[in-house]
Amino acid sequence: MVDLAPPADLVADDSARRIASPLPLTESFATRVALILVALFFLMVFLILPLVVVFAEALRQGIGAYGAALIEPNAVAAIELTLLTALIVVPLNAAFGIAAAWAITKFNFPGKNLLITLIDLPFSVSPVIGGMVFVLLFGAQGLFGPLLTAHGIKIVFAIPGIVIATLFVTLPFVARELIPLMQKQGTQQEEAALMLGASGWQTLWRVTLPNIKWSLLYGILLCNGRAIGEFGAVAVVSGHIIGLTNTMPLQVEVLYNDYAFAAAFAVASLLTLMALATLALKTWLEWRAGTPVARTRL
Amino acid sequence: MAVHALWQRSVIPGFGLTLGITLSYLGLIVIIPLCVMFFKAADAGWAKFLAELTSPRTLAAFRVSFGIAFLAAFINAIFGFIVAWVIVRYDFPGRRFVDSLIDLPFALPTAVAGIALTSLYSVHGWLGAPLAAIGITAAFTPLGILIALVFVGLPFVVRTVEPVLLDFDRELEESAAMLGASRTSILFRVVFPPLLPALMTGFTLAFARAIGEYGSVIFIAGNIPGYSEIVPLLIVIKLEQFDYAGATVIATMMLVASFILLLAINLLQAWTRRRQGG
Repeated sequence: MVDLAPPADLVADDSARRIASPLPLTESFATRVALILVALFFLMVFLILPLVVVFAEALRQGIGAYGAALIEPNAVAAIELTLLTALIVVPLNAAFGIAAAWAITKFNFPGKNLLITLIDLPFSVSPVIGGMVFVLLFGAQGLFGPLLTAHGIKIVFAIPGIVIATLFVTLPFVARELIPLMQKQGTQQEEAALMLGASGWQTLWRVTLPNIKWSLLYGILLCNGRAIGEFGAVAVVSGHIIGLTNTMPLQVEVLYNDYAFAAAFAVASLLTLMALATLALKTWLEWRAGTPVARTRL
Repeated sequence: MAVHALWQRSVIPGFGLTLGITLSYLGLIVIIPLCVMFFKAADAGWAKFLAELTSPRTLAAFRVSFGIAFLAAFINAIFGFIVAWVIVRYDFPGRRFVDSLIDLPFALPTAVAGIALTSLYSVHGWLGAPLAAIGITAAFTPLGILIALVFVGLPFVVRTVEPVLLDFDRELEESAAMLGASRTSILFRVVFPPLLPALMTGFTLAFARAIGEYGSVIFIAGNIPGYSEIVPLLIVIKLEQFDYAGATVIATMMLVASFILLLAINLLQAWTRRRQGG
């Protein structure tokens, strides 16, 4: 046996040192305060002030003008179009996300990692390019342009174009949330349910979906936020026809460029409230799920 | 029978259905449209390709976009690291509020961010006025682009460093301290090295996002060709002028840059996971 205890004089020396100066397990008080102040200053200048300025500018001409800007017919049309787009896009991309996550996490097949990368692709492409590809496909000079014109179908500079561009940009959100989670959960519970005689759909509804509900909700939340707020892709395909193809972010741009600042910030304040609600719901979902639901990137 | 089925590769149904849906949906909405763009760019021919890419306006736009995006990602790496450190390691009033606010640039529509930052940093704005007093013009200059890109990239570094910092084994620090290391030496030789892959992943994510960013930049940039015009805006201008060939050529170069960055991000994330031993 080797005696692992240190010599007595060393122990005494060590305890004496600990009383004299504590172990350096954190920074000095001054450093801590300084770092906290630096972080808070940075967040103040880049996050909090931009947030406050939206509401300050929106209410600059009083609450009456604020309300009038929101019930103005073109603003209402923009709100309706934005909600319609989100209503179409979010369920489609949620269904895609569940199907993709099921195929990728419950089975083994070659090219799986490539598929995951391809699903991620819209995140790494500039939103402007996301809109442009559909102009190249469906625009007047595009690949299917003559065909569409002959049949009197309008996609670009019309609502279908806005919907497709938004589908492109928000495609990865739900899938990206579900794939890592379902990979970690494995297939045992589904196998058990199927062994006990459940059908495939019953397994999906009663076993898989309850297991993934928080991540699914989070993915839907992010997808919805981006679908409502998307600007670059939609700007390219919309044509900015006021009252017809302007979504809320585009309406903000049009009003702002017309120097109607208070009206622009009034519409912008609705989008800001949506963003704050998204963050609040995210915090609530994390609290419900007990862990950070996701470490995603948008 | 049931016992026998357990030994099969998979008893789970729906492989054909879900993979079919995945591939056709992804193909229709992402893959085929992007391929069409590549064919259009190839259609333009080498002469057009070279002419477009060597035009002073395009070159200047690439310099502005990539240069400022790099600088913004660098600023985010430094301050994002400090923010992540402060949130994970220290306790202060409002810590949880600050933590949930970090994702604001993800959630706030870019056009809203654009007009808010412009109003804030314009000559008469809350922050623009004091800056103007010391002779700095932020809005409608490249500095304005930098401010917008720092805003947009802010969450990436914080959100990649935070989980690694949370999982960090504090016993390593205790051991180093017991062995007599000073705090500075513990930070630089024990704590920071394992965080480096996450920090670089966050930097690359912020950079990749910044070069493609459009909405938050165009309001504050002033958009002067050759000075404060970004590549995505140049693409939009070419499209509005029906110069589809020019737009596709520039977009193809952007896409190639995105692919390279995507590859770099995947490699960095693999490195992060290896360093975490997960």
